[in-house]
Amino acid sequence: MIKIAIASGKGGTGKTLVATNIFHTLVKKEIDTVLVDCDAEAPNAVAFFNTNLNRAVEVTQLVPVIDTNACTFCGKCHEYCNYNAIFFLPPMKIINVMEDLCHGCGACSIACKDEAITEKPVSLGVVNLYSNNGKPSLVEARMNIGVMSPVPVIKAAIKQSIDMTGIVILDSPPGTSCPFIQTVASADYVILVTEPTPFGFSDLQQSIETLKKINKPFGVIINRAGIGNNTVRDWLQENNISLLMEIPFKNEIARRYSIGELVSAEDLFFAEQLNTVVENIITQNGNSGH
Amino acid sequence: MEIAVISGKGGTGKSSIAAAFATLNEEVVVADCDVDAANLYLLFNPTHEEEIAYISGNKAIIDYHLCTNCGICESYCRFDAIKFIDKKVFISEISCDGCFLCSRICPEKAITMVQNDRSRMYSGSFRNGKMVYGRLSPGEENSGKLVNLVREKAKEVAKENNLGTIILDGPPGIGCPVISTITGVDKVVIVTEPTISGLHDMQRTIEIVQKFNLPANIIINKYDLNSSMSKQIEEWCDQNEIAIVGQLPFDKLVTEAMIQSKSITEINPDHEMSKNIKAIWNKMLDQKK
Repeated sequence: MIKIAIASGKGGTGKTLVATNIFHTLVKKEIDTVLVDCDAEAPNAVAFFNTNLNRAVEVTQLVPVIDTNACTFCGKCHEYCNYNAIFFLPPMKIINVMEDLCHGCGACSIACKDEAITEKPVSLGVVNLYSNNGKPSLVEARMNIGVMSPVPVIKAAIKQSIDMTGIVILDSPPGTSCPFIQTVASADYVILVTEPTPFGFSDLQQSIETLKKINKPFGVIINRAGIGNNTVRDWLQENNISLLMEIPFKNEIARRYSIGELVSAEDLFFAEQLNTVVENIITQNGNSGH
Repeated sequence: MEIAVISGKGGTGKSSIAAAFATLNEEVVVADCDVDAANLYLLFNPTHEEEIAYISGNKAIIDYHLCTNCGICESYCRFDAIKFIDKKVFISEISCDGCFLCSRICPEKAITMVQNDRSRMYSGSFRNGKMVYGRLSPGEENSGKLVNLVREKAKEVAKENNLGTIILDGPPGIGCPVISTITGVDKVVIVTEPTISGLHDMQRTIEIVQKFNLPANIIINKYDLNSSMSKQIEEWCDQNEIAIVGQLPFDKLVTEAMIQSKSITEINPDHEMSKNIKAIWNKMLDQKK
């Protein structure tokens, strides 16, 4: 089945609005659909649904523990660590692991010839698995506060969705760095959500440049159409980029979203538009995917 | 004095508010710490007096003339970056974390590490002083190191030019780049909006800010898009003794200013919104640390 990522360079353009309403619309049409909230730093999608938490899967990373009795202070682990996570003062015979900096690559364990390094798991976050109306269909990546990178938790969440059947909707984190790439790399198609403002336009161009580099098919939804100007729409046309849909700026949409209500539950025209967007994506990009 | 404007949730209006703060002052240093989606330069159109390449990490590359496809590297890689595709070892640039382990253990010395050097930091001048900003190359790790670099440069520029105020426009989220943005600053402003997502993300952001023993100052932006939700945020802040320094309405002026490459306070200084922002800024300055 197809995996569709909903992404945007700029934050707050309406990724979650689009992701949650597509999910709701498809479920209502009794189409098997899974929603994965990959915005592990600020996950918000689950709040829009009546859910039951089935399972919380802890995501951990291994960090080294150095046995200073066995350690010969050779410094090999310090040399192997590319993240400066091993603090080493040879004359003082001081060696410490700075867990916050550790990426869990395991290089230090390989480097150590004195069997002085063992590893222990530390928590990075959880992947929450929810049912919506009895069907396991919502996956949430939630990173612990203070953790270095959301990427391991995002990867774990996407992995959980692999065995689930149906259309998979990935709600991506903002930006174009690692967390975004990890999310869109596993998708068959990317919907970029933007707004018709200079900030929205600039971040959209950056996202498109990135998706072109990794050869991902994509299309654009302009949210809050009517504010700002026509630069984004004109630019898309000039560059032959498909404009999938425009969501007008309406106080009613903003109000509903703000209280965790689904616009598509009441606004059937909106729901039908989203459904058409997904149908077209599936027709044009096939059902095979991964 | 360093003041950081952050938000948790994206799109709450951080950059527009930071820009307004900056242009209320004669001369300041502005540091755009949202290196993943830098936007302030669009309003300020700064000169580029200095451009510095930033090495964001490394990537492993295989020399297929030397590789025997033994697969040892695959068994050691913990980032699922090395896979066999058509019986050939393949390293995914996307998943590679740059730890060097594969290059160290390869018996054929077939793997070398190359630096990611496409990210940049710029430093220059704009109409209200100096500006420093970073641009992370797409797909690279936003570890907060580039943010640190931007902040160090901003401090250096402030010192050189005798400027007392540094305004930091922060990234969204609660991860490393945010932590790098607020570590050691004097004041933090959290911009939120009256939505459930806005409230949740604000709460997570406050948790971070409190870890640094910094008082959180809240601005509820676009408060009139849902007044009852704004009330709910107010009540939560009251109960948790978090200061709300101001509330701003939803106004077309914000987008209009952006389109004209100006700040809200520049485009219409007498507008209610501008006066409000000025009052918030003064309130922040009057606060005891």
